[in-house]
Amino acid sequence: MTTYILRRLLVSIPILLGITVIVFFVASKMPGDAVLAMISTETPQAEDLIKLRRGQLGLDLPLYVQYGRWLWQLLQGNLGYSFQTGESVIDILLARIPATLQLMGTALLIAIVLGVAMGVVSALKQYSRTDYTFTFLGFAGISIPDFFLGMVLVYLLAIQWPLFPTSGISTAGEPYSLVDNLRHLALPALALGLVRTATFMRYTRTSVLEVMNNDYVRTARAKGLSEWLVVVRHILRNALIPVVTVIGLTLPVLFGGSVIIEMIFQWPGIGLMFIGAVTARDSPVIMGYVLFSAVMVQASNLLTDMAYSFLDPRIRYD
Amino acid sequence: MPSLLEVRDLVTRFYSEGAVIHAVNGVSFSLDTGASMAIVGESGSGKSVTVMSLMRLVRFPPGRIEGGEVIFEERDLLRLSEEEMRRIRGNRIAMIFQDPMTSLNPVLSIGLQMTEGLRAHLGLGERAARDRAAEMLSLVGLPRPKERLDDYPHQFSGGQRQRIMIALALSCNPALLIADEPTTALDVTVQAQIVELIQGLREKLGMAVIWISHNLGLVAGVVDKVAVMYGGHIVEQSPVDELYEHPRHPYTLGLLKAIPKMDGRDQGRLFSIDGMPPDLRRPPESCPFAPRCIYAVDRCRQALPPLDELGAGQSVRCWRADEVAALNVAGAMR
Repeated sequence: MTTYILRRLLVSIPILLGITVIVFFVASKMPGDAVLAMISTETPQAEDLIKLRRGQLGLDLPLYVQYGRWLWQLLQGNLGYSFQTGESVIDILLARIPATLQLMGTALLIAIVLGVAMGVVSALKQYSRTDYTFTFLGFAGISIPDFFLGMVLVYLLAIQWPLFPTSGISTAGEPYSLVDNLRHLALPALALGLVRTATFMRYTRTSVLEVMNNDYVRTARAKGLSEWLVVVRHILRNALIPVVTVIGLTLPVLFGGSVIIEMIFQWPGIGLMFIGAVTARDSPVIMGYVLFSAVMVQASNLLTDMAYSFLDPRIRYD
Repeated sequence: MPSLLEVRDLVTRFYSEGAVIHAVNGVSFSLDTGASMAIVGESGSGKSVTVMSLMRLVRFPPGRIEGGEVIFEERDLLRLSEEEMRRIRGNRIAMIFQDPMTSLNPVLSIGLQMTEGLRAHLGLGERAARDRAAEMLSLVGLPRPKERLDDYPHQFSGGQRQRIMIALALSCNPALLIADEPTTALDVTVQAQIVELIQGLREKLGMAVIWISHNLGLVAGVVDKVAVMYGGHIVEQSPVDELYEHPRHPYTLGLLKAIPKMDGRDQGRLFSIDGMPPDLRRPPESCPFAPRCIYAVDRCRQALPPLDELGAGQSVRCWRADEVAALNVAGAMR
C-alpha cells in the first residue's frame, strides 16, 4: 500500500508540471497583459511607463525564461508575487482557501448525504410516487446549471422571502459569529450542492437497484436480519462502491462550479480571486490557483482509489 | 404427533407488466420432524418459489403469496407478523442456495456474515458468536476455521463457500433446512461431497431437510419421499422407493427415463421429454402436462385431474395413473 501511494505521488509530479506548462503558455496568449490592465494608454508617457513596468515584472523576457523563473521559484517554495498588489501568492492563497474549502465541503456534504439517502429511498420504493417525485427532481437538478439555480435561490430565498443574505461570507462590520457565517453559506452551498445531489441520487438509485437483486441480499434476508441491517450492511456497502467513483470525479467539477458560484455570491474564496486575477492578467496568481486546484484533483483521485480498497476487500494495491 | 411442517393449498403468483404468472397453484405436502424429502421438477416448475414462499422471501412487488397455509411448529407462518417471521428465518428454518459464488456478500468477512445471524437470534456476544462460527466451520470440514473467519468470500473455492453457507445455515440449530439446488453450481466430484455432508449433519443434528433439485438421481439416496412438481402443481408424491419402482405419473416416468444409464443401454442418446413447459401466464384449465404427454386422451385436455390419494403416502395427479402404471410394469423402463 505505502509503495503504491509513493508511486502514485511520483507519477503525479510530471502531470502537475505538464498542467502548469500548458496553462502558462495558453494564458500568455490572452490579449493584453498585466501592465496594460494597470496603466491606461491615456496616461502621459504611457509607452515609457508600460515598458518600464514590463521590465520590472519580467514580462519582456521570452516566455520560456518567464516559465523557468516561475518554476525555479516554485522549487524554492515560493509562488511569486501578485502583479496587482505585490503580495505573496502563497499568502493570498492561504487567506482564501479556507473560505473555498468551507463552501465546497458543505456543498459536497449536502450532495452526498441528501443524494445517497434519496437514491436509496428511491430504489427501495421503486416505481412508487416517492420514486417518481425524486426522479423528476433528479432530472431537473441535472439539467439546471448551478449558476442559474443560484439565481433562482437568490430570487426565492433572499428576495421573495428574505431568509438569507445574498453575498459575502459574513455581515461586514460585525464581529465574526458562526450563525452569521452559516446564514451566508446557505445559498451558495445549496446552489453548488443541489446539482450534485441530483447526480449522486441517480447513481445511488441505479447502483442500489442492481445490488438489491443479488443472491447475497437474499441470503441476508434468509438469515432473519432486520431490514435496516440488510439495507445498510449488505446493500449500501456494495452499492456505494460505484458511487464513490462518481464522488471522486465530481471534485474537479466542483472546483469549476465554485468559481462561478463564488462570483455570484461574492464568496471571498480562491474562485473569486481567480476571476479577478484573470481579468487583471495577474499570471502569478493565476498559476497559484491552477497549481493548487491541480494538486487537489490529484489528491482526490488518489483518495478515491484508496476508498475502493477500503470498501471492497477484493481490491488490493501492492 | 403433529408434523413439523404442513403446507396446504399454497398459491403464489407474480405480477409483471400486466401479466399474472401462476407460479404455485395449490401445493400441499407435509414433513415430519427429522425427516427429509425432495421436491423435483424442471426449471420453472415452481419448486423454488414454493420454498421461498415457506420462508416468506417472495418479494412484493412482483410476487405475492395469495392463499394457503404453512403450519410450522404448530403456527401458520403466513399469518405471522414480519417481525415474528424474522425470528424464524435463519433460526428455526434455514436455507442454502444454488450458487455459493454469489450467495455470500463479497465485501464482508466470513466471520461477520456468520456471526450476525447468531447475534440476532441467539443473542450471543461478539466473542461467543465467533467461537460458535468457528465450531460450525470445523463441523463442515473447513481447515483452520479460527484464522479463516477474517477472510473474505473470494479467498475460498466454490466447494468451500458452499460449506460455509451450510455452516452459516446450521449455526442456529434449525429444525428445518431448505437446500435449494445446493450442488448445481459445483463440480460433479464436489456435488456428492456436499450431499453427503448435509446428509451426515442431518443425522447428527436431527433436523428435517427439504431438497430442491432437478436431478432425481442425486437426491434419491438421501430422502424419505419425493414430490414431483410440474407447472406449479405437485403431480406425484411418493415414498422414494415407491417412486422409483412404481412411478404413476407420465412426467415422473419421463424424468426417470432421462437419468443417464451407466451400462450403455441408452445407446449414447439421452431420453428427453418433447415439448415445452406450460406458459404460466396462461395456465391451462386442464392437466398442465397433457400437451407433452404420450398417454394423453381428450379428458386430459379438458379438466385438471385431482390429486388422488393412493395410500401408503403415495398420491398422483393424473386421469390415467392406473393405466400408465400397468403399461410400465416395474423396472421395464430401466
